[in-house]
Amino acid sequence: MARIELAGIAHSYKPNPSQPSDYALRPMEMTWQDGGAYALLGPSGCGKTTLLNIISGLITPSQGKVLFDGHDVTQLPPEKRNIAQVFQFPVIYDTMTVGENLAFPLKNRGWKNADIERRVAQIAEILELSGELKQRASGLTADAKQKISLGRGLVRPDVAAVLFDEPLTVIDPHLKWLLRRKLKEIHHELKLSLIYVTHDQIEALTFADQVVVMTEGEVVQIGSAQALFEAPEHTFVGYFIGNPGMNLLPCSLRDGRVLISGTDSSLPAPASLDIGAGQLTLGVRPEYVECLPTETAGALPTQVLSARNMGTHWLVEGELGGHRIASKQRTHHPTHSGDTVWMKLPADRTLYYLNDKRVA
Amino acid sequence: MHLELQGVTRKVGAETHLYATSVSLAPGEINVLLGPTLSGKTTLMRLIAGLDKPSEGSVIADGVDVTGVPVRERHLAMVYQQFINYPSMSVFENIASPLRIAGKLNEQQIRERVNAMAERLHISAYLERSPAALSGGQQQRCALARALIKEAGLLLLDEPLVNLDYKLREELRRELSDLFSSGSTTVVYATTEPLEALQLGGQTLLMHEGRVLQHGPTLSVFSQPCSVIAARTFSDPPINLFEANITDGVAQLSQDIRVPLHADQQSRIAGQRNVQLGLRAHSLRATPRENDFALGCSVDLAEISGSETFVHLKRGALSMVAQLPGVHDLSLGSESTMHFQPSDMFIFSSDGALIYAPEV
Repeated sequence: MARIELAGIAHSYKPNPSQPSDYALRPMEMTWQDGGAYALLGPSGCGKTTLLNIISGLITPSQGKVLFDGHDVTQLPPEKRNIAQVFQFPVIYDTMTVGENLAFPLKNRGWKNADIERRVAQIAEILELSGELKQRASGLTADAKQKISLGRGLVRPDVAAVLFDEPLTVIDPHLKWLLRRKLKEIHHELKLSLIYVTHDQIEALTFADQVVVMTEGEVVQIGSAQALFEAPEHTFVGYFIGNPGMNLLPCSLRDGRVLISGTDSSLPAPASLDIGAGQLTLGVRPEYVECLPTETAGALPTQVLSARNMGTHWLVEGELGGHRIASKQRTHHPTHSGDTVWMKLPADRTLYYLNDKRVA
Repeated sequence: MHLELQGVTRKVGAETHLYATSVSLAPGEINVLLGPTLSGKTTLMRLIAGLDKPSEGSVIADGVDVTGVPVRERHLAMVYQQFINYPSMSVFENIASPLRIAGKLNEQQIRERVNAMAERLHISAYLERSPAALSGGQQQRCALARALIKEAGLLLLDEPLVNLDYKLREELRRELSDLFSSGSTTVVYATTEPLEALQLGGQTLLMHEGRVLQHGPTLSVFSQPCSVIAARTFSDPPINLFEANITDGVAQLSQDIRVPLHADQQSRIAGQRNVQLGLRAHSLRATPRENDFALGCSVDLAEISGSETFVHLKRGALSMVAQLPGVHDLSLGSESTMHFQPSDMFIFSSDGALIYAPEV
């Protein structure tokens, strides 16, 4: 296993990039610690797969260096980088048994049979494949095949890192649950360096110690699940993490109060809010917004657009100064579309962003 | 369209893909087919569409027997998992194509209708592009626009959001329930995800191994699943299930766990000794309320969804999952006490039939 450094990495699919939007991956520095579990999270086209391919060697970056334990591997192809990869769709040999598939990467590297058997048994045990080792891989469901692909990716203990590219896409939701849990256990037991690309927040937040959130070719925050949820550093993180995402309301600062744009409503401004030029935005997560049926001091009058019973909670969505605001609650005061409710934003859960970056 | 299936089955060789199914779908209603992969959703949908012919039984559309009438002679539209558009036509022409084939509108009317539909699906800016130049989300919006503009009596959607980023999925899901709610189009929507059914509302048909387990308003199917299998199919995270012996109104889950039952639960059990108890993950809480039952557990794993934490717990031989709001960083193996209201437990007979469902 290795520490992986990206030094001044950037990548453009255009020959002469001149502006930030020409880059699939904007210039960046990053270090991935040995034995860490990282997730690259972001929407399609955010650059996460480009970043993964630079680490694996499928792409040579337009600029910068890739270092594994201090050695420059920038020009090395994937097969010379000592990495394992798991892709979106199963890559296994149909003519082999499940056990032979798992053993293949070890056999290739000249392992002794007894050692192979021991390691394959260990991986099979973790992935609950022990009973199926003698079974032929052909004819298995996509789910089962992908489980074997995961096993093959994890079987070698000596790789610099295991790279996963959306490995649970073909998996049924109920089994996804189990596999998310398995991957977490695997990281604990095997201590491999894992880098995992996904657009699914649950996969990323559960699996990784550190989540790298990307948008438009840029890393906007690296942090734990808790940090991303409770203290998003960028409005994109607020929007992208959580279902629904953070409520984001344009506002302005006037006489020590925060005036919500398009309304007469204002809130006391936090003392630390000292802004420069640019767009100020208030951010508060739906989980923290209280929805009250009667006028309450400090709460914002809001027109209800919809109130929906989601089985495990109620979701009330309203309109405030032309913007959508959601409140997610376990208990519910009956409200209907068209009603006025009072949304209460707790001061200690309300964050402020200037030009999308957090300032208070 | 009022659609009626009368004892339809589908057999392929010796295999039965769909057992005798009789359902009636009301005009203008949203009907969610909810079940795991291979539960028969796509089979049922293809029979409804006329893509396949039932082995037995009939399909009645607005009182007319259409069994065996090929799909192109039916008044319906379909949207698939894959983003299917005409690659050689612009987005505008893709959306316009059903109107041109129908041949009832002049150019001006077609233009107006396409523009209005593009507006509703937020793709007005891309009308002149070719579908291949769009993101996955936009391609599926184009396919949805083409299906909706047809104003067919029947709209069939087979997991239309499964190939999208989850954030796009969240947005489209919310828009879809609004788009579907207008008009007399009968919608049939297949999905594997319980949350998608809850968000769409309408009616739900729970499917399992080629059978419709339950059919009714989505929220009542969710809150009153007819059996253990139905409860499992309509719970994500999975519902916690415990075998229990009942003595004098107390449910014994294990040597040391005795949960006193609510009077309503006791009267429904009516002397049965062996039952299964079901507790949905969100009914377990980290902080106690009055009359809660406290259960000391050890943490197996904490999974984070962004706005919630799914805590896997163990207590002796019992394992369970709690769904807690917010991010909780609980370390593996730590001790944790969970609380629940005994009256929140579902009770199923030893053969799996629902005996008691908690009040909503």
